Amino acid sequence: MSNNNSSLLLKNARLIDAGQNLDEKADILLVAGKVAEIGASINSTAATVLDLDGAWVMPGAIDMHVHLREPGFEHKETILTGARAAVAGGFTSIACMANTKPVNDSAAVTRFILEQARLAPAKVLPIAAISKGMQGEELVEMGDLVAAGAVAFSEDGKTVADSKLLRHALEYASLFNKPLLCHCQDNALFANGVIHEGVISAAHGLEGIPTLAEDLDIARTIMLAEYLDVPVHICHVSSKEGVRLIKSAKERGVKVTAEVTPHHLFLDERAVVDLAYGETLDESLKPEQLCYNTATKMSPPLRSAADVSALRQALADGTLDAIATDHAPHEATEKAVEYDLAPFGVVGLETAVALSLRLVQEKVLTPLELSARLSLTPAAILGLDDRGTLAVGKAADLMIIDPELQWIVDPGKFYSKARNTPFTGWQMSGRVIKTIVDGEIVFTL
Amino acid sequence: MSENKENSVCSAQDVTQMLKRIAFEIADRNSASEKLVLIGVLTRGVSLARRLQKIISTASGRELPLGILDITLYRDDLSIATHHPVVRKTEIPFSLDGVTVILIDDVLYTGRTVRAAMDSLIDFGRPQSIQLAVLVDRGCHELPIAADFVGVRVPASPQDRVMVRVAESDGFDKVTVMPRNSIPQDSTSGEE
Amino acid sequence: MGFKRKDLLGTRDLSALEIRSLLESAESFKEIAERPLKKVPALRGKTVINLFFEPSTRTRTSFEIAAKRLSADAVNMSASTSSVVKGESLLDTVDNIQAMAPDIIVIRHKFVGAAHLIAGRVGARVVNAGDGANEHPTQALLDLLTISEHKKLEPGLTVAIIGDIAHSRVARSNIWALLTLGITVRVCAPPTMLPRGLDKIPGVVVCARPEAALAGVDVVMMLRIQLERQDRMLFPSIRDYARIFGLNRQRLELAAPDAIVMHPGPMNRGVEITSEVADSDRAVILNQVSNGVALRMAVLFLLGGQGHE
Repeated sequence: MSNNNSSLLLKNARLIDAGQNLDEKADILLVAGKVAEIGASINSTAATVLDLDGAWVMPGAIDMHVHLREPGFEHKETILTGARAAVAGGFTSIACMANTKPVNDSAAVTRFILEQARLAPAKVLPIAAISKGMQGEELVEMGDLVAAGAVAFSEDGKTVADSKLLRHALEYASLFNKPLLCHCQDNALFANGVIHEGVISAAHGLEGIPTLAEDLDIARTIMLAEYLDVPVHICHVSSKEGVRLIKSAKERGVKVTAEVTPHHLFLDERAVVDLAYGETLDESLKPEQLCYNTATKMSPPLRSAADVSALRQALADGTLDAIATDHAPHEATEKAVEYDLAPFGVVGLETAVALSLRLVQEKVLTPLELSARLSLTPAAILGLDDRGTLAVGKAADLMIIDPELQWIVDPGKFYSKARNTPFTGWQMSGRVIKTIVDGEIVFTL
Repeated sequence: MSENKENSVCSAQDVTQMLKRIAFEIADRNSASEKLVLIGVLTRGVSLARRLQKIISTASGRELPLGILDITLYRDDLSIATHHPVVRKTEIPFSLDGVTVILIDDVLYTGRTVRAAMDSLIDFGRPQSIQLAVLVDRGCHELPIAADFVGVRVPASPQDRVMVRVAESDGFDKVTVMPRNSIPQDSTSGEE
Repeated sequence: MGFKRKDLLGTRDLSALEIRSLLESAESFKEIAERPLKKVPALRGKTVINLFFEPSTRTRTSFEIAAKRLSADAVNMSASTSSVVKGESLLDTVDNIQAMAPDIIVIRHKFVGAAHLIAGRVGARVVNAGDGANEHPTQALLDLLTISEHKKLEPGLTVAIIGDIAHSRVARSNIWALLTLGITVRVCAPPTMLPRGLDKIPGVVVCARPEAALAGVDVVMMLRIQLERQDRMLFPSIRDYARIFGLNRQRLELAAPDAIVMHPGPMNRGVEITSEVADSDRAVILNQVSNGVALRMAVLFLLGGQGHE
């Protein structure tokens, strides 16, 4: 983003910022892309003034887990469309996974991503693969990738099955202070599974993915990190047992962090056979096929109701550090197939913050805790010192939220190229109405 | 049921008399044919056939075999049927080859039921002849079909509905005429 | 009232009334097989497409005979002759079929939900002839029709289903239909073939050993064991399976004295069922096949004979 000298004064905001432990009425002055001043009443003649009339101002959300599909799968999403979806949803920074084509396993690909991101409204942070070609055999040139701009390493979509390779990756990445983001899955137990192994898979004959497939690999990953005394981050935790493993590791002092997705917090396995369960969908948007709708297919899968409540509890108590979307766009025709054949993944950038606000409404999180899970902690995990909070001097990346705005999720209005959301037709309360990156308004509803 | 709009044509006593006459005519006309069978068209045709069988048996000691025919699968109006088709069991426990069939139904109207019944009978074998007996011939035939034995002729317009009620399914015997628009939705009695 | 759906996709959400109405209709169709001329004009001019993405001789033939006895034009399309092998998507395939204006599409597919997917897409009536391990409603209904020839389909009856429950659509469709009618269902399978979570479905009694499942039951349904599953470590050997789970004369004695034995076919004699049992007068396996035609006639008739709303 360009460094500019323009200034913007946000008046009458409710500033919610975990980084400063602030939840109060305030004016905020943004100058030259940074937060310049916070006060009860600021006057500036030079600044453009926005009277927010009590709307919430929070640090821009930071999504440490998205798939932007470029290079290689531009029919699903591009860096530009993904970034537009991001700012429309309140995300000012997004970290994109390496499973593109070619895989982001070299400085050249990382530089290409950053080059494409120059015109993007959000800050795009490339995550490099752990192994060359994500083949699980040879480590990538981590030093070169870090120098090119990689913020983390991940083999997301797969696991690093070879424990020795994973060990070396953890050791080597610690040299650069860059986290490994681990997609935990035991491949043999995952097998050909398509949904959670439980009462729905039993009843409908769909191949199940046991929580064990995830838990076993979380345990292995934690044990490696503990043994080596290095940090590690667990992607998209979906199970109760996974939560227990992480909690107990944290209690022992293991440097483990973890994220959870909104879909795992709001949907359980029943959605596979009744997408509308428990929710009153807008009639005009209600999908024709509520049973076996492929918008419910993702990895890890939607788990049991007990898992969902464990995840919510863990997000509240801080066992789960961050909310990340695992935004995984797919073209409509790719999802309009038999459930078994559909690719895993759902989009999330344009619904995540609104769903997170619902967690506040449902008293799972306080607004301050929400700010921590969406911005402060993700920034800390990725080592981004200049953002995640709106303290004076930090980047002026923020979202303005109308906490009472009623709206309905309509994928037809998404900025993302993809429409594969399980939340079509949901009635939402609260929405990002403006997004500001480096002091510039990049999205207005 | 709006009884006041129903115009009674035949009483229970009339029905009994008509059946006796038809039975007599059937026996008379077919006294020479050795292989004579009765086949009733479900539902009321079967009730009437059973009564004819009994009358003939009592009067002449002649025991005629009786078959039951469901013509649903032979109807020509399945795709425009507004109600749901219910298929019931056809039971013709004897060969139709070379026999004389008395086909029995309650009302002769368009003739389409009879057409379907004949198609069905012919699929079962090759009867020597088929004769048609109906309790009521209400006219307005749409096919070149005429009954051999008729209880009563009731000239009615297509706007009218002729209803035959029989004790077996309706609790009492009666023939009535009523305007079509006054028929309650749940009425199941009478007419083809 | 009776069966009034656009499609028959499964037994899971059929009401007891719908099930009984289908069985009652099927009862009327049995008689047609005994006529000298086994054909009625009910579906004359209607087109039934049998779209089979999985090899199946008997189900396809059964549907074909049923359609032809109703005078419908039955066309068989199998995966090997269709463009599926050329990589066409299922929806593209059915769009093409729909363009030919069939009245009924009968679909067999190896993946769960395939029938549901196309039912939402096409105007034609859809009959699920098996979708993955999910449902095979006509098989379950013909099984009920067969049971009803020997037993009253009402609470008090106990049915044991033994075999590879996890991969069996026949088992699932039977379980739903039987539970809906209030009949007690016992299932028994090697633990590797018993779907986790099945015991949480209300009404299903899971038995670890066939002896427990068989004790006093009125109906025994043996499932076909797919021999290729042995490669997937689900059971150590056919010999071992036959020894522990196979139905033989001695095991059958544990069931009620008048218990009937069923099998959806094709049978692996000497594996899940001994020839002695399969050929005994307790077995009603061939009745199942005959009833399959009548039941499918009823289904095709009830779907195809309906007016378009």
